[in-house]
Amino acid sequence: MNTCPVCDAAVRPPDDPVEGELLECPDCGCELEVLSLDPVVLGEAPEAEEDWGE
Amino acid sequence: MKVGFLHSLIRKDEKLLVQELRQRKGVELVFLDDRRLAFDLRSGPEVDVVLERCINHSRAMHALRLIESAGTTCVNAYDVARRCGDKILTATALEEAGVPQPETRIAFTESSALEAIEELGYPVVLKPAVGSWGRLLSKINDREAAETVLEHKAILGTYHHSIFFVQKYVEKNGRDIRSFVVGDECVAAIYRSSDHWITNTARGARASNCPVTPEIAEISLHAASAVGGGVLAVDLFETEGRLLANEVNYTMEFKNSIDTTGVNIPERITSYLLKAAR
Repeated sequence: MNTCPVCDAAVRPPDDPVEGELLECPDCGCELEVLSLDPVVLGEAPEAEEDWGE
Repeated sequence: MKVGFLHSLIRKDEKLLVQELRQRKGVELVFLDDRRLAFDLRSGPEVDVVLERCINHSRAMHALRLIESAGTTCVNAYDVARRCGDKILTATALEEAGVPQPETRIAFTESSALEAIEELGYPVVLKPAVGSWGRLLSKINDREAAETVLEHKAILGTYHHSIFFVQKYVEKNGRDIRSFVVGDECVAAIYRSSDHWITNTARGARASNCPVTPEIAEISLHAASAVGGGVLAVDLFETEGRLLANEVNYTMEFKNSIDTTGVNIPERITSYLLKAAR
């Protein structure tokens, strides 16, 4: 089990995590990113930039 | 076969594609995080094909150009990303191909933009040439609002906000259509319904299945072909008994459309990608 870097709540990563994967903290709703896999490390996801989109 | 997966953040859409690719026999997935790449103008990633799934338009477009320059096929191609990522280039491509679209004007100064808006007649929609998810769209109902928005964009925005892309507002009765094109097939479509005039699902619009009629398939494939073809999402307006193509998206989001349409869109994209690589 990992913890949210924002609110310290427990966050369970998916069984097949991918580096760069977005997760949502179930407690504070903050968007998190899987920064590394072995071990799984979570960080705050970057803010949306102007040219983000489809 | 080595498949390069060009990405930044892995959202649910990308995760579904990763899971699909990992199920395919003979596919080795190589992650290409655009935040970690550095190009030397000569060589590219050692892969057979690249699937582009970046979030930043600028990074996607330039990375595709550099990877193609090194001789690797990309889905979508650089030219497609360039045309779809800039609404002026999209509208130009649609016009050249004869695809019906909302009446459009492009102007480069506040005064010429105001003149174009007055000539189109209110209401109009002012859009950034580069932008997505319904952000920074302005519905302008009268001359006073036009003057205000144009001045704010010219003074507060970066230079590209002074390239004014104006469309005649289309009354679409609370919904538009998002169709999904994979190669030469329109595989699915959804209605996006909202009480707000902006009907992007990113802005809270509700998605429901839209049967792909021959008319929807025809204009979708026509619009996709106009920008160069590939894996594309086409936004359509239904108005006055006909369809207009509004936008074409080249890194299409589909996570909310799989259950809605019953079509396994990541499976279709993956099959198209692997075929393109051969």
